[in-house]
Amino acid sequence: MGVATRTAVWSGGLFGLLCATILASAAHGPVSVDIPVVARATLNAVAVPVGIGIEMAGASVGSLSLSVPIPDVQYAHPFSFAVPETDETIVRDIRLPRILLGAIVGFALASAGAIMQGFFRNPMADPSIIGVSSGAALGAVATIAFPLAIPFGLQTAAFVGALLAAFGVYLVATEDGRTPVATLLLAGIAIQTFLGAVISYMLLQSGESLEEAVLWLMGHLQYSTWGRVEATLPVTVLIFAVLLVYARDLNVLLLGEEDAHALGIEVERTKRLLLAGSSVITAAAVAVAGVIGFVGLIVPHMMRLVVGPDHRILLPTSALAGATFLVLADTVARTGPAEVPVGIVTAAVGAPFFLFLLRRREVHAL
Amino acid sequence: MIDVDGVSLSFGDVPVLDGVNLRVERGELVGLVGPNGAGKTTLLRTINGILDTDAGDVRLDGEPVAELSAREVSRQLATVPQDTHVGFAFTAEQIVDMGRTPHRSRLDWTDDDDPVDAALKRTQTDHLRDRSVDDLSGGERQRVLLARALAQEPAALLLDEPTASLDINHQISVLGLVEDLVAEGRAALAAIHDLDLAARFCDRLVLLHDGEIGAAGPPETVLRDPVLGEAFETTAAVTDNPVTGTPTVTAVADRTARDGRVHVGGGGESGRAAIRTLWRAGYDVSIGPVPEGDVAAALAEHLNLPVVTAQAFGVPDGATRERGRRLAAEADAVVLTGGPGSDIVATAADESSPIHASFDDGSPAVARGDGGQLTVVDSEGALLTAVEEHLG
Repeated sequence: MGVATRTAVWSGGLFGLLCATILASAAHGPVSVDIPVVARATLNAVAVPVGIGIEMAGASVGSLSLSVPIPDVQYAHPFSFAVPETDETIVRDIRLPRILLGAIVGFALASAGAIMQGFFRNPMADPSIIGVSSGAALGAVATIAFPLAIPFGLQTAAFVGALLAAFGVYLVATEDGRTPVATLLLAGIAIQTFLGAVISYMLLQSGESLEEAVLWLMGHLQYSTWGRVEATLPVTVLIFAVLLVYARDLNVLLLGEEDAHALGIEVERTKRLLLAGSSVITAAAVAVAGVIGFVGLIVPHMMRLVVGPDHRILLPTSALAGATFLVLADTVARTGPAEVPVGIVTAAVGAPFFLFLLRRREVHAL
Repeated sequence: MIDVDGVSLSFGDVPVLDGVNLRVERGELVGLVGPNGAGKTTLLRTINGILDTDAGDVRLDGEPVAELSAREVSRQLATVPQDTHVGFAFTAEQIVDMGRTPHRSRLDWTDDDDPVDAALKRTQTDHLRDRSVDDLSGGERQRVLLARALAQEPAALLLDEPTASLDINHQISVLGLVEDLVAEGRAALAAIHDLDLAARFCDRLVLLHDGEIGAAGPPETVLRDPVLGEAFETTAAVTDNPVTGTPTVTAVADRTARDGRVHVGGGGESGRAAIRTLWRAGYDVSIGPVPEGDVAAALAEHLNLPVVTAQAFGVPDGATRERGRRLAAEADAVVLTGGPGSDIVATAADESSPIHASFDDGSPAVARGDGGQLTVVDSEGALLTAVEEHLG
């Protein structure tokens, strides 16, 4: 069976699983909703973009007032089933945005994890390794702790912080146009540590907003809105598509940079593209959900055990499995006796799994 | 096909390649030999465009590699790396399929089964196709890497120590395959540290020494070139392998030259034993006259020693006798072995040389010649002791 067919079959199956998980998750909560009702309400929420316009919106940066063009997308709703109004509100306005955002974030983190593990040729790598998460955390904590000093919203600050940190790591590790992977790894660790110090200091100074900052650092999906879904989805899908196009190049890169060069890969350019892509996709996820650990580490790893190391199949299956995993984890997080940040759930599941992998490593030399 | 023109390269302040010129034509397997650190791998990495030159350029069919994209280079030139560890468990078939990368667009996910199948069959790795490369033995993995290069359908091959991790039968089969590929009209340049293998399979050898070409040409001349011993910092004896007929190099690392020339009179097995013993002990050795084709004469020739030969099964003429006598007379010691030709030397030695040694029927015996008195020894060690005592 060809790679394309295998990828389609696996992705189709996992997409079905994701949809089922979303429906099941939307049925769960303080108020139980029957799954058929959930399905109808979900279909009612389906929106198909039918047109796009440009709208001028007022924005203020500090004391400046600007008029910025923002795209205005018109949607059509193809389905309109009869659903009780309360159920429709619970499903569409409360649960679905959170579930979908969880799916998108899981999708993004697992994609970035698959790419990073291939990039670093190390099955223990994850998206935070190049400082993206620390940068986002710095931006977010700064906004929470010193709201007056930061002129943008938390998500923007986190997104910008993430990209700046990743770019900083890249610059530090690059010499004469070449970026050795080992240097990148070390630079990433050093910058993470440094940013960690700054974040800790800011937490000490944050006073009453400490709890909010800590909550963000743990990673949660509590304040999910359709707006965040709309902001994150296009970035995630677009970057994922680019990364998928480069999946075969990444396979070749796994042979080592010199071999990849000998096989016709423009190594440094490909590395830059993969780094940039996985940084942006991680930044988009972290900006809306905080630092959710272990999704990017364990999901690609599990999928590699199942589908093998070929990124053409590993990347899409990891992404879909990551989405499903995070939806499940967040369902646990929000339906337990007391709501906990989803980052706690993923870490609680992920850390034992990580240790299991470490033990396996002795036997199987991963 | 591959044209290296005046390439110089340094890592920081350390010059690694210095004005290297090299051509490899289609249908030619050129062996790159030289000691560790001579710059062989660096030269290969320069040719395939991984490293940029400081001066000079590398051309593939006349086109400068520096101006070609990695993809363009990889369509013409395949590199077989030294045994590489692949961290993830790709199957052999997946690895070989990656050899098609230069010929496919990024969006083309189909598998080009034909070139991949052909490459797997050609390298006898067909049965390994579904095995993880990390589970293969070094020899199997090396053949898979060669298959990957073949899947590239290149006009030229670069091989970096293709036999380094292989046992003896796989060394032969891998190089034999490369030889066949070259016979089909490809060009190949292989860094090979095993000089015997290089001499056996390569059409030409290029000796790289301190980043420069020390010698180049047919294996038999390059291996006998004095630069070879200098490059490897050892004394090398080149003999012809009786099975393959190609030159064989034997390094004699523990030989330190000593003062004194010893002339061996008489060939045969005992003559050869005497030459070997004395030469390895570090003495300059000469021999003759001995019949052509004598085993002792052959050894002396391989060691580049002065040797006087006479026609086999005939009586040596006056000039030959005289040359033999003169070599003996000018030597610091003379060893007589009792083999063919020893009688001629014996007369010369009676007149001028103070030591006689003789081996009797291959059983070593030294005759010590102070006043013509003979001391018989019964081993090579005793021969050496007698010569040492005599020369002081």
